[in-house]
Amino acid sequence: MKLFILTFLNGLTLAALYFLVASGFTLVFGLMRNVNLAHGSLYLLGGYIGYDVGQLTGNWFFGVAAGTLAMAVAGVLLQVLVFRWMEGQELRQTLVTIGISIVAADLMLAVWSGNTYQFSPPDWLIGTTQLPIVLAHKSDGTAVLLPYPTYRLFLLAAGLVIGIGLWLFINKTRIGMMIRAGVDDRGMLDASGINVHVVFAIVFAIGAGLAGFAGVVGGTALSIAPGEDVRYLLASLVVVIVGGLGSVTGAALGALIIGLSEQFGLAYFPTYGIVLTFVIMVAALAFRPQGLMGRARA
Amino acid sequence: MTEAATSATTANAPEAIPMAIIGHLIAAVLLLAFPLVATDFFTFQIGAYTLIMGTISLSLMLIAGYGGMVTLAQMSVAGLAGYMIAIFGTSAGGTALGWPWFLAIPAAVIIGTLFNVTTGFLAIRTEGIFTIVITLAIATALYYFAQQNYDIFNGHSGFASVAPAHVLWVDWRAPKPFYFLALAVAALSYTGVLYLTRTPFGLAMQAIRDNARRMEAIGFNVPAHRIAAYAVAGLIASVAGVLLVWFDGGISPGSISVDRAIKVLIIAVIGGMRHPAGPFLGAILFVLLQNFAIDFVNPERFNTYIGLAFLIVVLASPDGLLGLLAKLGRSAPAAKSLP
Amino acid sequence: MSLARRTTLALLLASPALFAYGPAMADDTIKIGGLATLEGPFTVLGEDGMRGVELAIQQHKGMAGGKKIELVKGSSDASPDSAVKAVRKLVENDGLTLIIGPLSGDEGLAVKDYAKTQPKVTFVNGTSAAQDTTLRDPAPNFFRFTTDGAQWMAGLGTYAFNEKHYKKVATVAEDYSFPYTQVFGFMAEYCKAGGHVVSKSWVPIGNKDYSSVIAAIPPDVDAVYVALGGADGVNFLSQYQQAGGTAPLIGGSITADQTVLGSKGATKKSVIGMPSAGPIADAWDNAKWKQFVADYKAAFPKGFPSPSLFAHGYYVSTVALLTGLDQVNGDVSDGGAKLRDALAKLELDTPTGKVKLDANRNAVADIFLTEVSEGADGNLYNKVVKVVPQVNQTLGQDPAEFLKLGKVGRDNPACP
Repeated sequence: MKLFILTFLNGLTLAALYFLVASGFTLVFGLMRNVNLAHGSLYLLGGYIGYDVGQLTGNWFFGVAAGTLAMAVAGVLLQVLVFRWMEGQELRQTLVTIGISIVAADLMLAVWSGNTYQFSPPDWLIGTTQLPIVLAHKSDGTAVLLPYPTYRLFLLAAGLVIGIGLWLFINKTRIGMMIRAGVDDRGMLDASGINVHVVFAIVFAIGAGLAGFAGVVGGTALSIAPGEDVRYLLASLVVVIVGGLGSVTGAALGALIIGLSEQFGLAYFPTYGIVLTFVIMVAALAFRPQGLMGRARA
Repeated sequence: MTEAATSATTANAPEAIPMAIIGHLIAAVLLLAFPLVATDFFTFQIGAYTLIMGTISLSLMLIAGYGGMVTLAQMSVAGLAGYMIAIFGTSAGGTALGWPWFLAIPAAVIIGTLFNVTTGFLAIRTEGIFTIVITLAIATALYYFAQQNYDIFNGHSGFASVAPAHVLWVDWRAPKPFYFLALAVAALSYTGVLYLTRTPFGLAMQAIRDNARRMEAIGFNVPAHRIAAYAVAGLIASVAGVLLVWFDGGISPGSISVDRAIKVLIIAVIGGMRHPAGPFLGAILFVLLQNFAIDFVNPERFNTYIGLAFLIVVLASPDGLLGLLAKLGRSAPAAKSLP
Repeated sequence: MSLARRTTLALLLASPALFAYGPAMADDTIKIGGLATLEGPFTVLGEDGMRGVELAIQQHKGMAGGKKIELVKGSSDASPDSAVKAVRKLVENDGLTLIIGPLSGDEGLAVKDYAKTQPKVTFVNGTSAAQDTTLRDPAPNFFRFTTDGAQWMAGLGTYAFNEKHYKKVATVAEDYSFPYTQVFGFMAEYCKAGGHVVSKSWVPIGNKDYSSVIAAIPPDVDAVYVALGGADGVNFLSQYQQAGGTAPLIGGSITADQTVLGSKGATKKSVIGMPSAGPIADAWDNAKWKQFVADYKAAFPKGFPSPSLFAHGYYVSTVALLTGLDQVNGDVSDGGAKLRDALAKLELDTPTGKVKLDANRNAVADIFLTEVSEGADGNLYNKVVKVVPQVNQTLGQDPAEFLKLGKVGRDNPACP
C-alpha cells in the first residue's frame, strides 16, 4: 500500500514537471504549427544558464529567473530569425530545428562539458515533509506519517500555479483570446487586423521561457547533463501527442497519463516500463491522432 | 496524375535517354573499378559502408520523396533485420539458432519487411509532422525494448561475431567480395526504385503524394498503395540491414538509437530526395566526414560540423547536393523535395 | 540524370582512394593507437584515460625499445560498433599493430572479437571491465592488465557481512553488463558468507528519477548496495534522503568518488562510513601511489583533482606495453609474436602494487577495500581499510566452480 501511494505521488509530481516542459511546446505547436524540435535544447540551456547564475549570485531563485528570461529571449530570436521565414513549411521547420538542436547540443557540450550539474536550492526546499498519511502506529500510540521529499511537492505546486495561470491567460485575457483564435483559424486572425507576428513572438517567448523555467526547476530535482535535451523533447512530444495540440488542459492530461505510467512502470515492472510510454504514444497517434483534447486538424 | 505522367515522359524524350545511360555507365565503371585502386580499408570501411548507408537512406527516400511520408523508422527496420540474422544465424553473446544462411537471410528480411508494413499500417493514419513523430515513437519503443530484453535481444550488450558465411568458395567478409555484395544490393535497389517510379504503381504513389483526396475520388485504394510503398522500402532496408550487421560484425541497441535514425534522415536530406542517387551522395559525404574529421578538425566538434552542414543544406538548398548539382545540368524529374 | 552529375558522384566515391598514408613503422618510430571514449556520454572519462596513456609515455621519455613513440588517437562513444569502427581505422587504414583500449565493458567484448580477426596485431585493454572479455572465449592477442568489474568488488561482500554485520541487503544498480558484473562480484562473496539479498532493483539506463525505485526497497534491510556512478550516485543519495531513507549504503567502485564526497549539505553526512572497493583508493598512504598522483597533477593541471580509475587503468596498460617493447628491443617484425610472449610473462610494479597475467591474459592485481571517513579538516576521503592482495578473475574460488556460476545477468547470482 505504501508503495502504491508513493508511486502515485511520484507520478503526480513527475507529471507536474512534464507539464511544465510540454505546455510551452503545445502552445507553440498548436498556434504556429511550429514543430520546434529544439525545445529540449531550450530546457537544457535554460538549466545550464540558471545553474551558472545561481552559482554566481549564490541565490537559486535568481538562477530560476535567469534561465526563464534567457530562454524567452532565445525563443523570440528563434521565431524572428528562423521560423518567420518558414511559415507553413512544417517539414522544413522540423528539419531546421533538428539541425539547430544537434549544433546546440554539441556547443553546450563544449562549454559545460559532460559533467552532471547539481543545483543548490535553499535548504528549506530540499528536506523531507511528513505527509498527513498514517502508515502505522508506534507502540506508544504516536502515528508514523509518510515522509515525502519536499521538493517534489514544490514541483507539484509550481505545476499547478503555472497551469492555472496559463489557463487563465489563454482563456480570460484579450491576448489569450487572440491566441485561441489563431489556433483555430490563423487566416482570420490575420484578416482581423491583429499583428500576428507580435502575437507569435509572445507565444514563442512564453513557450521557450517555460522550457527554461522547467530546465532549472526540473534540473534541481533530477540534475542536468548532456542528453537531457533529447529526453525532455521526447517526453514533450509524447505528452503533447497524447493530450492534444494547443490545449493546456490537454497537456496537463497527457502529462498525468505519462507521468503516472512511467512511475508505476518503474516501481512495478522496471524492465519494460519505459517501452510502455512509447507504446501509449503510438497507440494514441494511431487511433486518435488529434489527442485526447485536441480538435481534428483543419 | 497527369503532371507526374508528363514529367516522366519528358525525361524519356530522345535526347535524355543516351545522356542518362552514359552517365550511369560511367558511374558503374568507376564503382566497379574502385576496389582495384583503393586500399582494403577504403574498399570496406568507406566504400561498402557508404553503399549500405546509401541503400538504407534510399528506402527512406522512396517513402518520403516519392510517397510524401517522412519516416524515422527505416534504421529500425535495418537494425531489426540485423538482429534477426544474429539470432537465426551464428553469433556470440546471446542465444543464436544457428540456421544456415539460406534460411536465416530470408527469415530476417521477411521479418524486417513485416515490421515496416506494420509501421506503415500505423503511420498512414497520420500525415506530415505526425508521421515523423509516430515513426520516431516506434523507433524509440523498439530501441528500449531491445535494450531491456535479454531473452531475445541480449539487452545492452547485443550480439557479436556475426559474419557472412563462406558460400561458393568465397569468403564474403573479405573486403573486395563484401564491397561487391554491397554494390550489387545498392545497384539493384537503385534500379529497382528508378524503375518502380515509372510503373503505374509508382506513378500512382506520386499522384497520391500530390493529391490523395483526388486519387481516392478516382477510385484508387490510397492506403493500400501507401502500405505497399512501406513494404518495398522495408525490403530494401532489411537487405541493407543484413549487410550492416555483417559489416559491424555485431549489433547492439546503440545501432538503432534515435541518433542513428536521425542520421539516416540527415543523409537523405543532404544528398537530396529528388532522385535515387541523392541518398548515395549524402552517404559519401557523411561517411568521409565521419572517418576523416578526426584527422583534420577537432574530432570533439564533429557533431557541430555535421549539424551545420545539415542546416546549411536545409536552409539554402532544400534539394540537397542534388539540387546544387542540378544547377550544372538539366533538372531531374519525378521525386519531390521538401514540401 | 546528367552526365556531369553522375561523373561527379563516382569521382567523389573514388577520390579518397588517392589519400596516401605513411607506413606505421619507420625504422626509428613506433606508432601506438590509443582508443578511448572521446565522444558521447563518457567523454570526460575517455579524456582522463588518454591522460594516463600520455603520462606513461612521458615517464618513459617518449621512447620504447630504443625507438620513438608516436601516439595516434581513436575515438568511440561507448557503443560497441563505434569502437570497432575506430579500431578498424587504426589497424587497417593507419596500419598500426599496437592498440591500447577500449574504455567501456561492451566495447571490450566487441574489440576482443575483432582482435581474433587480426592475429598480427597486439591489443592491450584500456579499462573495459566486462568479465567475459577474457573469462570466456578469450582472444590470444588481447591482454588485460586491468582487473574486471567483479574483481573490483573483492573483499567487500565478506566485509559487509562479517565486519559490518549486514545480514539483509537490497541492491540498486543500472540495467546493463557492468553493474551486473559489480553486483556479481559483491554477491559472490556476500552470499557465500551467509548474507541475503532480498531485493534487486535494476534501473533502466539513463533514468534519473529514483523515487519509485527507492519506494520499492523493502524497509527492513540492513543496508542498500548501490552501484551507481558518481553523479547518479549523488542524485540517488539526495533523493534517498529526502524520501526519508535511513538504511546505510554500500558503494560500488564508482559510487564513492570525488563527486559524491565533495557534495554539499546533509547528503555528505550520510555517506560517512560507506564501504566500497575498487582498483584504486584516492587517499592511499603509500609512497608510490602518492608519487603517481603528484606526477599526474603536475602533468595535467586541467585534469581531475586526483587521477580517476580510467587514468590509472590506461596508465598501467601503457606501461605494460612499453615495458614489453623494451624487452623485445622494439622488434615487432615477426608480427608481434615475441612481444606477446613477453607481455604474457610480464610482472609489473605499478603505483597500486604488483600486476601479472593469468592463463587468459587477465590481470591479477591488488584491490582496495575502502570506507568513507571524515578528515581532520572536515572533508571526506576514502580511507583504505585493507588491501586485498593479488585478486584473480575467479575471486580465489575454484575456476570450474566459478565458471559454473554462469554469466552475469539480472538474476545471477541469487541468494534471497
